[in-house]
Amino acid sequence: MIEDIQKFFIGLKASGINLTIFYDAFDFERFVSGLLTTCELVLICTLFSVLIGGFGAAVLTLSRGPAARIVQAYVALFRNTPLLVQMYFFFFAIGSLMPTARNGIGLPVPMIENFTWAVIALSLYAGAFNVETFRAGLGAVHNSYEEAALALGYSRRQAFRYVLVPLGLRFSFASLANNLVDLTKSTTVAYAIGVAELLYVSNQIWSDSLNTFEMMNVMLAIYLILTGIVVWLIARLQAAMRLPGFGAS
Amino acid sequence: MPVIDASIFAEVLRWLPFVLWGFALNILMSALAIVVGTAAGTLLGLGQISILPTVRGASRIATQLFRNAPWLVLLFYCIFLMPYTVTAFGQTYNVPSWLRATIGFSVPVAANLSEIVRGAIGSVPKGQWEAAEALGYGRMAILFRIILPQCVTRMLPPWMNLYALLITATPLASIVGVEEALARTQAAIQSQGSSDLLIPMYLGLLLMFFLYAYPIARISNAFERRFRPV
Amino acid sequence: MNAETRNGSLITLKGVRKSFGTFEVLRGVDLAIAKGEVVAIIGPSGSGKSTILRTINGLTPVNAGQIRVGDITVTDPKVDKVALRHRVGMVFQQYNLFPHKTVLENVAMAPIQVLKETRKEVEERARNLLADMRLPDKAAAYPGELSGGQQQRVAIARALCMQPEVILFDEVTAALDPEMVKEVLNAVKKVAEGGMTCILVTHEMRFAREAANRVYFTDKGVIVEDGEPKAFFANPQDPRTKEFLDKVL
Repeated sequence: MIEDIQKFFIGLKASGINLTIFYDAFDFERFVSGLLTTCELVLICTLFSVLIGGFGAAVLTLSRGPAARIVQAYVALFRNTPLLVQMYFFFFAIGSLMPTARNGIGLPVPMIENFTWAVIALSLYAGAFNVETFRAGLGAVHNSYEEAALALGYSRRQAFRYVLVPLGLRFSFASLANNLVDLTKSTTVAYAIGVAELLYVSNQIWSDSLNTFEMMNVMLAIYLILTGIVVWLIARLQAAMRLPGFGAS
Repeated sequence: MPVIDASIFAEVLRWLPFVLWGFALNILMSALAIVVGTAAGTLLGLGQISILPTVRGASRIATQLFRNAPWLVLLFYCIFLMPYTVTAFGQTYNVPSWLRATIGFSVPVAANLSEIVRGAIGSVPKGQWEAAEALGYGRMAILFRIILPQCVTRMLPPWMNLYALLITATPLASIVGVEEALARTQAAIQSQGSSDLLIPMYLGLLLMFFLYAYPIARISNAFERRFRPV
Repeated sequence: MNAETRNGSLITLKGVRKSFGTFEVLRGVDLAIAKGEVVAIIGPSGSGKSTILRTINGLTPVNAGQIRVGDITVTDPKVDKVALRHRVGMVFQQYNLFPHKTVLENVAMAPIQVLKETRKEVEERARNLLADMRLPDKAAAYPGELSGGQQQRVAIARALCMQPEVILFDEVTAALDPEMVKEVLNAVKKVAEGGMTCILVTHEMRFAREAANRVYFTDKGVIVEDGEPKAFFANPQDPRTKEFLDKVL
């Protein structure tokens, strides 16, 4: 079966479409590992950025003091500066301050490697957008729900937890899907600090096999599929949490 | 760790004009890309609501494809697969890399604007279409005389947000060899050879972008509050 | 311009059927309206009254049957829509004034842009109509600055400015606050007393009794009964009509 697939694509090469990843084992492995790295980045950064977003939105909604100011400053900073510069800042500038460890054979190795810096930078970047998303979702919940809860004797914190959050979450889905699609696309920026994600390995492959056009198209198709999966998952989540008669139809 | 130090501050200031001229290139690229992208995106957005199924289908596919593609991949696409020279009127012109990068940025701008246009048109109440039709207006006249004029204020905030996104995407051009602000910052740090400059120079670069993009975001928010659709 | 067809009616509907998907909303409607008649169509929600109105000016195409307005066959696939909308005007429940144009522009724009009449003539006519509607000083205002009742009167003036032969009124007071209903009904009465052929879909039974020459009752997509208002409301013949009138009177 695998040989048949390989034969098909070798045959395709004769007609001008050179997709080495399908018939060359080495290229195939490289490509798959790049794809897996991209998926890892997406999953891990989604988790952290959603946590950051939720926490930040909670602070903005529940308090007005210095904590809220700090969150506002964080959001303003990370949304209005380039992700690439943020990533370089973390990797090169802050990285230069970190002590170097020694690996097994005594060679100096940075304490925090580039994949980790990419996770940190991407999570903080996407987290800032998520703070705004969740804050807007919470803000879209009509006052009367909170008032009803307070009238029943709930504290502000309890009203927040039991009434505002469940309802506000349902208003956040569209914007959240947008942010996570952006996050998926932004993982390519990690290329610049040498993370072996999809763009990086594709670049290696087309440098070796000179099939730039084909690899570009494969990448476009894969990102289309990845973002499609993200949108689909959010839509499923939204459908599972749907409340009849509530919210935008 | 002597990060803040008088001599380092002087060094940063010495490099400032160099980096600022690079930033001017970022601004230029973003200005061209937003103009070209807006024009193409408007056509694409109108195409998405066309009554001709082939136009509608093609516009929708193009919009989805280029909206979901990473900006960096589109940049690579344009850099690698665009001709290096262009022959017109008997003269051969070199297409500089910053211009190719600008075209690379115009593509996602157009795709995003296409969605903004489609969303704005969809947000105009159906009653407007019906009333105009009942008065005898044809489809094109309704679109251009009644619907689109009402869309302009609705599109302004997301359009400004798109521009802010664009300006923060322009440093990606440094990866493909354009000498804009980020590339120049890195060149400055390299030529000094000392790691003391790393943090101040990058902080300065972040500040530069922040001072440009943040006011735009604030104005966009103000417009959004003022033009809330009735 | 032949104002009457052979049997003396300005508007005829014969065997009109319309379905939205699987739901058949008009199941064979027959109607004949003479020039100068004021007709009220009443009935429960979903009985098809608004749809009947929309088929007359071609906003809603029909699945079967024939519709004639004067010498124009609406159901003809090659019907001249501009000529039809010159003859037939419409006022909507939600007024649908164009928010980006002044009141005067709203009233005058269609005759100028669609019928290509001269600006000077049309604007003078528009100002007279606004005076008739008791809004002479609102010409330069924007719709958003007017009350619901005022906007609806502007909408009536807008329909009149096309100088139609018949005006369709689709539940024009249903979206208004009670204190504004009377001013709009007075405006409609004025239009009817001026000799205009009017077809009103309405819930205002008292108004139907006072202003209409004929009342039609629709239920489940057909015309059940019609008659002269005094007799109709005092002594309905069909049990369905009796049931409806018992509920609303």
